[in-house]
Amino acid sequence: MTRSRLVMGPVLFHWDESRKIDFYNRIADETDVDTVHVGEVVCAKRMPFFDKHLPDVIERLQRAGKEVVLSTLALVMNEREVNQLRDIAQMPGLLIEANDVSIVRLLAGQTHMIGPYINTYNEGTFSYFADKGAKRIALPWELPMSSIAKLCNVRKAVEIEVQVFGRIPLAISARCYSARAHGLHKDGCRYVCSEHQDGMDVETLDETPFLAVNGLQTLSYHYTELSDHIAQMQDTGVSAFRLSPHSLNMTKVSDLYRQVLAHETSPEELRHHLNEMHFPMSFADGFLHGVPGAEFRQTLDQRAE
Amino acid sequence: MELVCPAGTPASLHAAVAAGADVVYCGFRDATNARNFPGLNFSRAELRDAVEHAHKHGVHVYLACNTYPQAGAEEIWHKAVDDAVAIGIDAIILADIGLLRYARDRHPDARLHLSVQASASNEEAIRFYHQEFGVRRVVLPRVLSLDEIRTLNQRIQVETEVFAFGGMCVMAEGRCSLSSYATGESPNMNGVCSPAAHVHYEERGDATVSRLGNFTINIYDSDEKVGYPTLCKGRFRAMDKSGYLFEEPTSLDVTAILPELADAGVSALKIEGRQRGKAYISQVVGAFRASLDKIAKGQHDARSKLSTLSEGQSDTTGAYRRNWQ
Repeated sequence: MTRSRLVMGPVLFHWDESRKIDFYNRIADETDVDTVHVGEVVCAKRMPFFDKHLPDVIERLQRAGKEVVLSTLALVMNEREVNQLRDIAQMPGLLIEANDVSIVRLLAGQTHMIGPYINTYNEGTFSYFADKGAKRIALPWELPMSSIAKLCNVRKAVEIEVQVFGRIPLAISARCYSARAHGLHKDGCRYVCSEHQDGMDVETLDETPFLAVNGLQTLSYHYTELSDHIAQMQDTGVSAFRLSPHSLNMTKVSDLYRQVLAHETSPEELRHHLNEMHFPMSFADGFLHGVPGAEFRQTLDQRAE
Repeated sequence: MELVCPAGTPASLHAAVAAGADVVYCGFRDATNARNFPGLNFSRAELRDAVEHAHKHGVHVYLACNTYPQAGAEEIWHKAVDDAVAIGIDAIILADIGLLRYARDRHPDARLHLSVQASASNEEAIRFYHQEFGVRRVVLPRVLSLDEIRTLNQRIQVETEVFAFGGMCVMAEGRCSLSSYATGESPNMNGVCSPAAHVHYEERGDATVSRLGNFTINIYDSDEKVGYPTLCKGRFRAMDKSGYLFEEPTSLDVTAILPELADAGVSALKIEGRQRGKAYISQVVGAFRASLDKIAKGQHDARSKLSTLSEGQSDTTGAYRRNWQ
């Protein structure tokens, strides 16, 4: 069996510059991940803070032997943001992850990646992107295992990627909910989203943990944790496994998932270590089962298979 | 501007035609459309009769086939497209790229519109759908401001349609899995959001609790009007404060800014609500017909006559005004 690709997804949160630089340095120097995503996916207003560091970060990662992917904005709303995409599409030698179809057109003829914010739900859409030169397609979080298996059947040379760890992006909006929660508008947001390193926890009025707000993005409160299904996904044809960065020690997290990918650590051991690092962490895998995404079932039933 | 009106049943379609719709849009009775509710939508025979009735009155009919086909079951969506073309529909509203490619290849003459569920929010995205699939009109996501719409219309070759009245998504459409996170069913995969089968109401002392799946969406005091637990319109807690974190229970109403929308180059206005009854359809369509006829004569009354119909009896111009963000 070929070695599975372990991927560090883009940092979704507005971490300060030094934290982010330190994060990428550690990923470069201390981990066995194959691919690292950089770039801002959630909010264009955050870009000026880190764009100036990107060339150095990319170089450091590449020198460490990592494949670097530049992830693009999920929701592109104005001319300035479109112009940024045009610039990105012309950057030589860098693999781009398209998170909105606007950049798919600009990347025509170039090797690129289709990101999980693009709706690849079925064989017809998958084949369209494959025909247009997609090298790897990261599937949307809401897909059940039955759909993932069907897409694996038509994958040909295209790699299929699934996020196996981290809070799940559930929605994106023009409105900033971090700003709104602080009584501010997006235009005068004071970057309050940076106060929450893993998103702002949201609970129901009954105090049940439910969601997490990250500026324009709404995430799950629960962390997706799919290690129970990794062996099956490998057998089915999924070849890339994404970890979404959080404030806990991602070097350790990536080591644990590398061991699960190599069948050297059990899912129970992995969760035991995760809970030691970040207590309490609640897990979910419902989307894979075709049931409410917030649920954690672990064993696939017949319907989802 | 063309007035595009919803119909969930043949009776509603007749009501919309009578009240002055230029176009009525509807869906087949299955998961191929984004209002896949029990008791709603059209059989093939009903759609054939509906198209005949509408065309006799000079009204067009569009078919919404705007969910994302399930892997392994694409034939259901392909057949919906084929049947709509055979019935003589005036345009098909699609969101999925694979389905757009199918429709373009099989029915090169069919008029294709891009659904709001595709969330094409900028000129390059719209150019992509136009060049690749010959899409002639784009229904814009409810995330853009008037100024952004005006700029967009100056730069693209296709018509734009915007939402004018009714329920309002605060998230980019077609990019939202909040409903399936709580219930297992989503707009993209099942054509439903916060579906009724997963809704429960509980009495707790004097309060009423509305729940969706295993989650409380709101708790109402005895003096508050109890609303439907649409997830993004719920009351939640964050940073030790409770409130409408995403959006108040409110409806979109663009009556006040109709001349500005026309000036921004918008081709069509869409009224949301295929799940609504025919009395509602008559009233909303009639009011917008009257407003548009006045504007055609150079008059405009910014006051809406529809506020009693709005969710929570409050309305908003939503993202069209930038301060909404």
